[in-house]
Amino acid sequence: MLTKRIIPCLDVTGGRVVKGVSFVKLRDAGDPVEMASFYDREGADELVFLDITASSDKRNIMVEVVEKVSRQVFIPLTVGGGLRTVDDMRNILNAGADKVAINTAAVLNPALIEEGAARFGSQCIVLAVDARRVEGKAKRGKGKLALTGGSRWEVHTYGGRQPTGVDAVKWAVEAVRLGAGEILLTSMDADGHQTGYDLELNRAVSRVVGVPVIASGGAGSLAHLYDALVTGEADAVLAASIFHYGTYSIRQAKVYLAERGIPVRL
Amino acid sequence: MITIVDYGASNLSSVAKAISHLGYSATVTSSPKEVAAAKVIVLPGVGAAGDTMSRLGSLGLIAPLVKAVREGKPFLGVCLGLQILFTSSEESGGLDCLNVLPGQVRRLPSSVKVPHIGWNQVRQKAPHDVFKGIPDEAHFYFVHSYYADPDDRSLVVGETEYGVRFASAVARGNLVATQFHPEKSGDWGLMFYRNFFRFAGVR
Repeated sequence: MLTKRIIPCLDVTGGRVVKGVSFVKLRDAGDPVEMASFYDREGADELVFLDITASSDKRNIMVEVVEKVSRQVFIPLTVGGGLRTVDDMRNILNAGADKVAINTAAVLNPALIEEGAARFGSQCIVLAVDARRVEGKAKRGKGKLALTGGSRWEVHTYGGRQPTGVDAVKWAVEAVRLGAGEILLTSMDADGHQTGYDLELNRAVSRVVGVPVIASGGAGSLAHLYDALVTGEADAVLAASIFHYGTYSIRQAKVYLAERGIPVRL
Repeated sequence: MITIVDYGASNLSSVAKAISHLGYSATVTSSPKEVAAAKVIVLPGVGAAGDTMSRLGSLGLIAPLVKAVREGKPFLGVCLGLQILFTSSEESGGLDCLNVLPGQVRRLPSSVKVPHIGWNQVRQKAPHDVFKGIPDEAHFYFVHSYYADPDDRSLVVGETEYGVRFASAVARGNLVATQFHPEKSGDWGLMFYRNFFRFAGVR
């Protein structure tokens, strides 16, 4: 049976993982290669690296990180952050990434999804959506993806700083039509609060796209992972804090889910 | 010596890294001559079958690959490297493939999410050296939208369920091919590669 995936997310800047500071077993908690190996040994199903480097001239550091990680870690690697063109995608895939996650560049230029899928296959193209709940019945944006009175979540770009007037659910459907093979769906409302994923958002997207959805943002307990997979109908759960700070191990999370009837790889 | 066929498949570097991690030396090449002279061939692949066939065609690699399989050279196909061994594929509106194994490549049913992405179990249908030390129903990593349906079911050494029960590993003589990605399947995947190279007589 296809298992539900548990995916730790590593935010990287200047070649170092940020957030991850409390591993006692690691000599260097901030080293992406060591952290990747650690999570691999613990049973992570996949790893997501997000390049949060602010300046674009330092982006080639991420290529080196991916190059190193992929020589030692033999599970799927998704890399996102700052990828703007098909050439950017090719560089990071050549370095050893298996998939690329794109958000801002795809919103600005949806054809990038099509071009990427045509060149590397849909399975390589992960659409990252940063979604925030819409207050009231806001109407914003233009065209078929615009927020209408019924819209409940709005897509944000530039690391959550820029509202776009794009309806998150409609955008997910459109991106899949263009060739995205997976949706990495982050609730900006829930992110960092550790009070649980936005289950309604996950379910709303999961029900209308025919590709896997990775729930992201808000994990604070193992029950939250379970809820995202069951109530949120997600295919995978992404988490950072609960794993980085050692609150739970990947193994603990998997045992918890397995005991409740969720198929996982143990 | 292991020869990895380079026609621009995006998992080429992952396959090469896994093989070198195991301590084997491998040549990566797109030269028909070198493929023809190869002792052991690895054919990676991920993405679109039509694109793969046309790239292999324009590089002049189809004839040496078909010849290698017919001659019984040790050969490992991964993902699309499995699918294109068959007669034809439903992908891109119908596509002729290498036709060294009789059978069709079909789209996964719409009752499940496609692509099939993630870790799924491989049920070992027939004993084979490539599974040595790997438990039955171990998990391997899959990423694909199409699956092979061999005419000759005796080729099937591994089966997986996803909306349909499909051949996730096939073998005939010195040929082995997998729908899953051993290079992305952690320890069992690395063991699978090592088993294949031992089976192929690589030191």
